Amino acid sequence: MQAAYGPLKRDEIWLHDIVLVIITLITLFVGGLLVWVIYRYNAARNPVPSRTSHNTIIEVLWTVIPVVILVGIAIPSFRLVYYEDRTHDPQLTIKATGHQWYWEYTYPDNNNIDFSSYIIPDDQLKPGQLRLLTVDNELVIPINKNIRILTTSGDVIHSFFIPALGVQRYAIPGRTIETWMRADTVGTFYGECNQICGTNHSRMPIVVRAVPEQEFNAWLAQAKTKFANATPQAPDTTSEPRQQVASAGVQH
Amino acid sequence: MSATTHDHAHDHHDHKPGFFVRWLCSTNHKDIGTLYLCFAVTGGLVGGILSEIMRAQLNFPGNHVVTDGQAWNTIITSHGLLMIFFSVMPALIGGFGNWFIPLMIGAPDMAFPRLNNISFWLLPPAFTLILIGLFMGESGSGWTLYPPLSNATYETGMGMDCTLFALHLAGASSLLGAINFITTIFNMRAPGMTLHKMPLFIWAMLVTAFLLLLSIPVLAGAITMLICDRNFGTAFFDPAGGGDPVLFQHLFWFFGHPEVYIMIVPGFGIISHVISTFSKKPVFGYLGMAYAMVAIGVIGFVVWAHHMFISGIDVDTRAYFMAATLVIAVPTGIKIFSWIATMWGGSIELKTPMLWAIGFLFVFTIGGVTGVVLANAGIDEIVHNTYYVVAHFHYVLSLGAVFSIFAGFYYWIGKMSGHQYPEFWGKVHFWLTFIGVNLTFFPQHFLGLSGMPRRYPDYPQAFAGWNFVSSIGAYVGGVAFLVFLYVVFRTFTSKEHVADNYWGDGATTLEWTVSSPPPFHTFAELPRFR
Repeated sequence: MQAAYGPLKRDEIWLHDIVLVIITLITLFVGGLLVWVIYRYNAARNPVPSRTSHNTIIEVLWTVIPVVILVGIAIPSFRLVYYEDRTHDPQLTIKATGHQWYWEYTYPDNNNIDFSSYIIPDDQLKPGQLRLLTVDNELVIPINKNIRILTTSGDVIHSFFIPALGVQRYAIPGRTIETWMRADTVGTFYGECNQICGTNHSRMPIVVRAVPEQEFNAWLAQAKTKFANATPQAPDTTSEPRQQVASAGVQH
Repeated sequence: MSATTHDHAHDHHDHKPGFFVRWLCSTNHKDIGTLYLCFAVTGGLVGGILSEIMRAQLNFPGNHVVTDGQAWNTIITSHGLLMIFFSVMPALIGGFGNWFIPLMIGAPDMAFPRLNNISFWLLPPAFTLILIGLFMGESGSGWTLYPPLSNATYETGMGMDCTLFALHLAGASSLLGAINFITTIFNMRAPGMTLHKMPLFIWAMLVTAFLLLLSIPVLAGAITMLICDRNFGTAFFDPAGGGDPVLFQHLFWFFGHPEVYIMIVPGFGIISHVISTFSKKPVFGYLGMAYAMVAIGVIGFVVWAHHMFISGIDVDTRAYFMAATLVIAVPTGIKIFSWIATMWGGSIELKTPMLWAIGFLFVFTIGGVTGVVLANAGIDEIVHNTYYVVAHFHYVLSLGAVFSIFAGFYYWIGKMSGHQYPEFWGKVHFWLTFIGVNLTFFPQHFLGLSGMPRRYPDYPQAFAGWNFVSSIGAYVGGVAFLVFLYVVFRTFTSKEHVADNYWGDGATTLEWTVSSPPPFHTFAELPRFR
């Protein structure tokens, strides 16, 4: 699993690891029982089968013990679901809009800065850039801030998914879904669209660059001018690169 | 004794009609069952070829076996629909269900033989429509068919409509089959066979038939609305017209979740018989086994939104669906432990069907426990729609359900054809499949935990290693399927005839009291059940 760079992912890993231990033990237990019965009750070793077909105590046990285990899993799991749901004191709001096949990010708290984030086609990658994971404009966030995420879509359903920060929500047209995330460390985190959205489903990555607050403010100031003229729905400018991306995927 | 009774039975009961009437206008449950089984092999073959193409594409990052994203999406859609509706369901329900429900309950045939005929004959046109959708390359929505991607704006061609109509036909087929099964099981059991004395396979088919009866109409409604959205200007799922894409997800999964139990519950029935036969012991905890299936069926209807944890549904709703989903682990656990308890103290013979059954227990346990992981909405947030989910449902279906199909095939092929399969090649088939599928799907857990999304024709370098292993496994699995075809060939060209009850004392149900193969008409006189 990708390492955790935020509290959500940390808690998810914690719960997952507990459940993983439990299910591994169960699987080994069942596997061990199978091996044992195959060995011990093989026709060669045990030619006369018993006729036992009931044992109330053991039947009650194998009903009650799983229930206890499941309750044990459910308690921390409920806590996590409510914790993941939303933050009550968002310090920054970012709206992520899925499009075929790019992401559009809006900062409603900051002059409605709005820009699109396209994949870099394979043939334009610079050395060191990751194939299928590099975009022209990254989503920049400050570290140690609770960030409210709003997802929606301009066309079909997409999914805003950042494994390292432990956050995922569908982007559904006609709906705005709220969740949150938080990054503890400076870094670049990669995600990919996670709901089938057409031809270039695999070519609309999400790249998040988490930076210290000062650097973030500097970026904001620069972004306000850089993206000042960018209009959110500009079909003429957006459709061209989209075609290029599509054909690049086919030809390369 | 077998050969003489066999011939004798032939003289008396066999008035087989000519080829055309026998196979195309069939009203005989055994012939229809055979048609279903042949159909399932065909569907599985086409679906399997698609899987090999997909694994070949995913063998290396940046591969170009499939050059076009739309073609890729159509392939994954068709693979899913073919395997579910045209392979697993026809084999387990139409095939084994038709063959063995009447034989096991001592009925001469199904309650509605003509309905049975049309149930089958709706499938080939449906299959054709799916293939049209596939070859036109216009049904790239994934088998879940979520709008808006599946509506007329984003899937403009007729191919998508063909796929939707295919589901309508396949759904109607299943629905008629379910009505037939329920009527047969309720009304035509041999005198003395009360509900609590029915073989577990019959219980399984009864639960399955009810699941079909209650869930298929919801799918039919959903795809009818989708067809209207596409062609007749309605906006059920279009936000621009006041509709809601999430509504489709609710309707789809209200069908879709019971559907996964529709595919596995018949397998539960088969596995119970195989394990009991080869352990030479009655099934442990019969009533618990029967009612565990009923419980799984009932709970299966109230957990659907666990497929939608990140669709923006309310947090309290998520908490409920999480709790309900975890509950399913309890009856499933009862079944696993009861099967092991059936083997405990038994006298186990590791014939091919038993190998498949034990293999089933193992892979189904793995698929089951990863289901417990996915049930936790909190963890699902990072594994939803990733390869972890792909691994999970292939462990329960592609391994679980398919292992039960093969267990049933090897268990009953002597009964159905009168010829025994070659034991050695059956075992080769098992071991190759077991290794192949585990090699294919186990690494996909790791891919999913690392965040690789499903339905991707291409992936970043980071995922290359395990994808390579997974593809190798798929090729091994493909070879195993060829071995299976060889087994079928050897079985049908075999000159040996088998006895009525070739498994001996462990096999106690009514189908073992008739000849192998059974006469064209069985139970002209109803058997008495103790």
